[in-house]
Amino acid sequence: MFAFILRRLLQSVLVLLAVGVIAFALFRLVGDPINQIVSLDTPAAERERIRVELGLDDPSIVQFGRYLARAVTLDFGISYQFRQPVAKLIGERMPATLELAFVAALLSLVVGIPMGVYTALRRGTALSSLFMALSLVGVSLPTFLIAILLRYIFSVQLGWLPSFGRGTVVQLGFWSTGLLTVSGLKAIILPAVTLGLFQMTLIMRLVRAEMLEVLRTDYIKFARARGLSDRAVHFGHALKNTLVPVITIAGLQLGSIIAFALITEYVFQWPGMGALFLGAVQNVDIPIMAAYLLLIAFIFVMVNLVVDILYAVVDPRLRTSMQAA
Amino acid sequence: MTDQADAVDVKAQVEAARARAPSWLARVRDSDILASFLSSKVTMLSGFITVVMIVGALFATWIAPTNPFDPASVNLIDSLFPPRWVEGGDPRFLLGTDNQGRDLWSAILYGMRVSLIIGICGVIIAATLGIGLGLLAGYAGGRVDAFIMRVADIQLTFPAILIALVIDGVVRALFKGLPREQTAFSVLVISIGLSFWVQYARTVRGSTLVEKNKDYVQAARLIGIPAPLIMLRHVLPNVIGPVLVILTINLALAIITEATLSFLGLGLPPTQPSLGTLIRIGNDFLFSGEWWIVAFPGVTLAAFVLAVNLLGDWLRDALNPKLR
Repeated sequence: MFAFILRRLLQSVLVLLAVGVIAFALFRLVGDPINQIVSLDTPAAERERIRVELGLDDPSIVQFGRYLARAVTLDFGISYQFRQPVAKLIGERMPATLELAFVAALLSLVVGIPMGVYTALRRGTALSSLFMALSLVGVSLPTFLIAILLRYIFSVQLGWLPSFGRGTVVQLGFWSTGLLTVSGLKAIILPAVTLGLFQMTLIMRLVRAEMLEVLRTDYIKFARARGLSDRAVHFGHALKNTLVPVITIAGLQLGSIIAFALITEYVFQWPGMGALFLGAVQNVDIPIMAAYLLLIAFIFVMVNLVVDILYAVVDPRLRTSMQAA
Repeated sequence: MTDQADAVDVKAQVEAARARAPSWLARVRDSDILASFLSSKVTMLSGFITVVMIVGALFATWIAPTNPFDPASVNLIDSLFPPRWVEGGDPRFLLGTDNQGRDLWSAILYGMRVSLIIGICGVIIAATLGIGLGLLAGYAGGRVDAFIMRVADIQLTFPAILIALVIDGVVRALFKGLPREQTAFSVLVISIGLSFWVQYARTVRGSTLVEKNKDYVQAARLIGIPAPLIMLRHVLPNVIGPVLVILTINLALAIITEATLSFLGLGLPPTQPSLGTLIRIGNDFLFSGEWWIVAFPGVTLAAFVLAVNLLGDWLRDALNPKLR
């Protein structure tokens, strides 16, 4: 078990290093950084002086090492557009994105799992056909269309919910939360539903497929033969065994929720990291792009690692096979 | 003498076999695939929608009453007319007009064409890249294989839309001096192409690994055919089947990606709108009640993507012998 975690940890570090190379290469791709600093009529000698001063005359590998060393201490440089440290800009916006992602993930699980169970157990009923049709639409519709539709219905037509922003925010130390005020809670509903809808349909389809598979197995037949109630069979035996792949997918989707949040954030003008990144792409603000990339990579790698370890903890079969290996 | 006679004999037999073999059309008519297509109403409907939309996009120049790209045919006085059947609508504009006085029906037809072309070009680049790298990885093995597949693994950890965004940003930086009208198309195609190659590479590599140990590949090697030729002429035709399914589903994904990028303001400019650009424009007018600018392009996009997805699902099941 320990060797397995160590191996996975090593792989994660390699992935992060690779993304680090890409992030570093971004700076190179957009041309000589000196040109961003000096004006057109700066003499060549002056340019050289700045180059030496900033360490830009060192070999690339040295510069890369320096970039990584700084990145580890969360120093990602200064944003070209805002003239502020990137770490500060991202730090300010991170709570908004994480709250949104968390509520969306929660929503997709709380609604998706029961829908999946229902459609698996009551196949062919009108309601489960409706759920299946809805899930197909949810998988196919682009996120931004769903966002526009929800916004039109619930903000413009009905006027029930705010159409943009986070509402009133409470500051808890460094963390600003919108989950403690009524206006904040109202503001998060539409973005969270938009973001969670795709994951919800995914989880529903997954639970349904797994349930159907499990219900055919011998131990379910045996449980029925023992005279256990439907309820005990369905929820005690069947559902429990479908949850392993559901945990995996839900975990892995957490990363893509954070990435997809940028579309939702854009439509609802949610003040999160995604909106910051979009602005950076539009204005070719490389320090922010590179830092966001590294951050997302870090989140993905961590989630992957935790899911893999959880998998081993949850599934005893995997544990023994790993010990044997 | 006998050798020659034998040769003629064999030749005649081959000709006869060719003549007896059913024609291409007959093979399609008798195939399982056609039968399974005709047995599903949903599939037929989505096939119909897809064909209608592709034809509409291809012949946009003839079907559309006006050319929305041509500033001379657009009049600002005509802006923001609702659809014809709504009160205040103008009989000239079936689906109403946008904020610049463009006929929305024409704009959708042209926009659909732009979306389709970008989607197809992006998918072609992705498929070429992915198939090439997959063949190389599977056939060469060793370090080449390990390197290509690691890169694929890393890319797969990120959602395609994020990668497309980053590539968009980088390519945009490279093209900095040029006006956006000229570069937007290439930026989009490159972003989509580089975001979607992984799936092809993985699939092709998997099948190549199986194929390369078969007798016909060994035989081709023995008679000294160079490796690139073996890969392209002998291995490729045998591994291409599963790629078709990915192509279909990827087209829908590519069109969504293009629409999303354009919607986010990173794609095509309003002067040459795709469906995503139209939706972006319409989104700004949603609050003032001009719902039609966003509704019709949105419905078009959703219907097309849904139809192509359903076709892809059907194709996957139809080509999978296990499910028959």
